[in-house]
Amino acid sequence: MTAQAQKTFSLAEAGSMLAFAATALLSLVIAAGSVDQGYTFHALVFAAASVAAIFLIGNRYMARPVSIPLEIDGKPNYNMEPVKFAVWASVFWGVAGFTIGLLIASQLAWPALNFDLPWTNFGRMRPLHTSAVIFAFGGNVLIGTSFYVVQKTCRARLAGEIAPWFVILGYNLFIVVAGTGYLLGITQGKEYAEPEWYADLFLTVVWVVYLLVFLATIWRRKEPHIFVANWFYLAFIVTIAVLHLGNNAAVPVSIYSPKSYIVWSGVQDAMFQWWYGHNAVGFFLTAGFLAIMYYFIPKRAERPIYSYRLSIVHFWALIFLYIWAGPHHLHYTALPDWAQTLGMTFSVILWMPSWGGMINGLMTLSGAWDKLRTDPVLRLMVVSLAFYGMSTFEGPLMSIKAVNSLSHYTDWTIGHVHSGALGWVAYVSFGALYCLVPWLYNRKQLYSNRLVEWHFWVSTLGIVLYISSMWVAGIMQGLMWRAYTALGFLEYSFIESVAAMHPYYAIRALGGAFFVAGSLIMAFNLIMTVRSGEEAEQEPAAALVPAE
Amino acid sequence: MANHPPEIDAATGRSTTGHEWDGIKELNSPLPKWWLYVFYATIVWSIGYWIVYPAWPLVTGYTKGLFGYSSRESVVVELDALKALRASRSTALASASLEDIQRNPDLLTFALAQGKAAFGDNCAPCHGLSATGARGFPNLRDDTWLWGGSLAEIRQTIAHGVRTGDDRSRQGSMPALGGPNGVLKRDEVITVANYVRSLAGLSVRQGTDLAKGKELFETNCVACHGADGRGNRELGAANLTSANWVYGSDEATIVETINNGRGGVMPGWTGRLDDTTVKALTIYVHALGGGQ
Repeated sequence: MTAQAQKTFSLAEAGSMLAFAATALLSLVIAAGSVDQGYTFHALVFAAASVAAIFLIGNRYMARPVSIPLEIDGKPNYNMEPVKFAVWASVFWGVAGFTIGLLIASQLAWPALNFDLPWTNFGRMRPLHTSAVIFAFGGNVLIGTSFYVVQKTCRARLAGEIAPWFVILGYNLFIVVAGTGYLLGITQGKEYAEPEWYADLFLTVVWVVYLLVFLATIWRRKEPHIFVANWFYLAFIVTIAVLHLGNNAAVPVSIYSPKSYIVWSGVQDAMFQWWYGHNAVGFFLTAGFLAIMYYFIPKRAERPIYSYRLSIVHFWALIFLYIWAGPHHLHYTALPDWAQTLGMTFSVILWMPSWGGMINGLMTLSGAWDKLRTDPVLRLMVVSLAFYGMSTFEGPLMSIKAVNSLSHYTDWTIGHVHSGALGWVAYVSFGALYCLVPWLYNRKQLYSNRLVEWHFWVSTLGIVLYISSMWVAGIMQGLMWRAYTALGFLEYSFIESVAAMHPYYAIRALGGAFFVAGSLIMAFNLIMTVRSGEEAEQEPAAALVPAE
Repeated sequence: MANHPPEIDAATGRSTTGHEWDGIKELNSPLPKWWLYVFYATIVWSIGYWIVYPAWPLVTGYTKGLFGYSSRESVVVELDALKALRASRSTALASASLEDIQRNPDLLTFALAQGKAAFGDNCAPCHGLSATGARGFPNLRDDTWLWGGSLAEIRQTIAHGVRTGDDRSRQGSMPALGGPNGVLKRDEVITVANYVRSLAGLSVRQGTDLAKGKELFETNCVACHGADGRGNRELGAANLTSANWVYGSDEATIVETINNGRGGVMPGWTGRLDDTTVKALTIYVHALGGGQ
C-alpha cells in the first residue's frame, strides 16, 4: 500500500467543500431572482468564488502529504503561506487606497476631477478610499501580522489548514464585494459601515472563523503565558465582531434585493453609528496596531519591553474606557446632554491609557537609541509612536465640548484622523511589512535601506503638509462659521468658507501625492527584496514547511 | 526557554519578569509616576465635571448637575440674544417700504447686511458669490435686466421666481423655432442668428444675407424682442442689442437658443424666506450696481 492510498479527505476539507457547493448554489438562485444588476453581479462573484474555493481545496488535497505535522524535529512547523498572501494584499490595497485618497483630495481642490460620472464622483470614491485604507490595507496588515505573531509567540502552528486561508481569502473577497458595491451605488449609507446586509453577513462568518483560528492557536501554545500582543489582537477581534453586529443590525427588503433597513432609527441610530465608528478607531486602528507595535518594536530593537506592569494597566484601561468615547462625535446634537458628558469625560480619561502604549514602545528603545541612526525601519516605527502620541492627545482635546464647538464638522477632524492614520497606523504597518518580507522569504536584509530612507522622508513630508494644511483649514472654517457682524448677521456664508479652502486643499493633495509616492517606493523595495535579495544564512523555522 | 528566573538588564539596570516569547523579554519597570498622576488627575477632573453637568442616566431621567445645564436651553438663550440685538431694526425693516429703507441710512446699512448674509446662503450657488452670474444665470451687477431692475420688479422676481408655476411668478419663455418641427429651417436659423449678432454690433459670418435675416427676424422674433431687438421686460424677452448675454453670444450658442428655446427657472423664495429677508435681499441686489 502506498502513502497516497491512505490519504483521506479531512472533515474540514469535505465539510467546507460541501458548504461552498451550497453557497455556490444559493448564489446562483439569488443571481437568477435578483432585482438589481449590481446585486446580480455580486451573487455571481460569490458563486465563482465558491467554485474556485472547491477547486483550490481539491487541488490542495492532491498536493498535500497524508498529514501535516505540527512540529518537525521539535520545532514548530509554522504555516506562513497565508501571512505571505496578506503581506502582498496589504501592499496592493495600500497603494490603491492611498491613490484613491489622492484622487478625492484633488476632487475637493479641483471639482472637475469628478468627471461628471456617477462611478467616479466624490460620494462613491470617498467610502472606497476609507474602506480601502482602513479595512483592506489595515485589515490585511492586522490579519497577516496576527497570524505571524500568534504562531511565533505561542511556538505553535496556526490552527486549522483550510480555516486560515478561508479567513484571508474570504476577507479579501469581502473587500472586493464592498468596494465594487460602492462604485455600483450599493451602500447602506453608514460611515465606515457602508456594505449592505449580504456582505455584512459574509464578513461575520469570516470574522468568527478568524476568532476561532486565533483562539485555537493560543490554546495549543507551548508558552506558559500569553504574549501582550496577543491580548491586543484578541481584544481587536472580539470587539470588532460585537461592533459589526450591533451597528449593522438590519432587515433586508428581500433575499433578492441588496437593500436593507437598519433596525435603529433617529438619535439611537446615530449613537450606535458612532459607538461603532469610534471603537473602529479604538479597536481596529489602535488596539490592533498596538499589538503590532508590541511585537515588532522589541523584536527589531532587540530590547526587552519596557514595562510589563504598564502593558497590563494600559491594556485594561484602554479596553474599558474606549468603549464609552463614541458620543463625543455627537456633541451639540439631539443626543442627550448626559451622554455627551460621558463621551467627553471618558475621552479625556483615555488620554493616559493611550499614551501607555507610546511610553512602553518608546522606552523599549532605551539602550538602543543609536539604532535609529542606522535602521530606518525601526525609525519608521518609532516615529509612528510619536504620531500616535500626538493624535491621542489631540483626540481628547477635540472631544472637550468647548474645543469641539470650533472643530466639529471642519477639516481639523480630517487632519486629526490622518495624523493617526498616516503617521501611526500606516507607519507602524510599513515597519512591520519591511520586517516581515525578509523574514518570510528568508532574506538576509531588505533590497535597499536607502529606499526605506527615501520612503520615510518623502512620506513624512507628505504627512506634515497634510496635517498642517488641515489644521489651518479647519480652524479657519470653524472661525468663519461662527463669526457674527456687529449687526447680528453671519459674517461669512458657507460658500465663502468653501472658496477659502482652495489653497489648503491643494496643499493637502500635494501631501497626499508625496505619501502615495512613498508607498510606491516601498512596494518596489519589497518586491525587489524577494526577487533579488540575498538568502539568509540560517534557515528560519518558516522554511520548514513541508514540500507541497 | 520561556520561563527563566528574572535577570538584570544591563542597559537599564532593571530586572526582567522572566517571561520570554520568540526572544522578546519584559522589564519589570514600575508605572511612570507622572503617567499615573496625570491619569488620576483626569479621573478627578471628570468626577468634578459629572457633579457640575448632566452626566449619568438613571432609571427615569438622569443626574442634572449642580446648575441644571441644558445645551438645548443654552442655544435658545443665544438665539434670543441674537434676536434681541436685531430686534428694533428688524421691526422697523418689516414695516418700512423699500423706498423708506433706501432713504434711512441706518436701516439701509442693516438691510444690506441682512441681504448680504441671505444672498450668500441662498443666491450665490447660482448667481455666484460676487453676483456676476454664470452661464444660464444672469449677472446681477450689470444694468441689463430680463424682468426689470427697479426695486418693485426685483422684489417680485425674488418673491415669486421665474417660471415656477406660482401664479405670480415670471412667465413667458423663448420658444423653440428650429429643429425638425420648427418654423425655421437650418440655414434660416444660422441667418437669423447672425442678424441677431449684428444687432449687438458683433461680427457676422461672411456671406450672410442680413436682409434675409432681418426679414426672418421681423416675421418670427419682433413680437417679443421688438423691432429694434431691445427686448420686452413684461415677457422676459432679452435685449439683443446689449453686450450682456445670459447664455452666450457666439453663433453656436445663439443657434442653440433659437433651435431649442430657453426656459431657465429661478425658484420663488416666498415661504422659504420671510418677507423681511426678501426685502433685504431686494435692497442688496438693487445696490449691487445695476439697480434702476
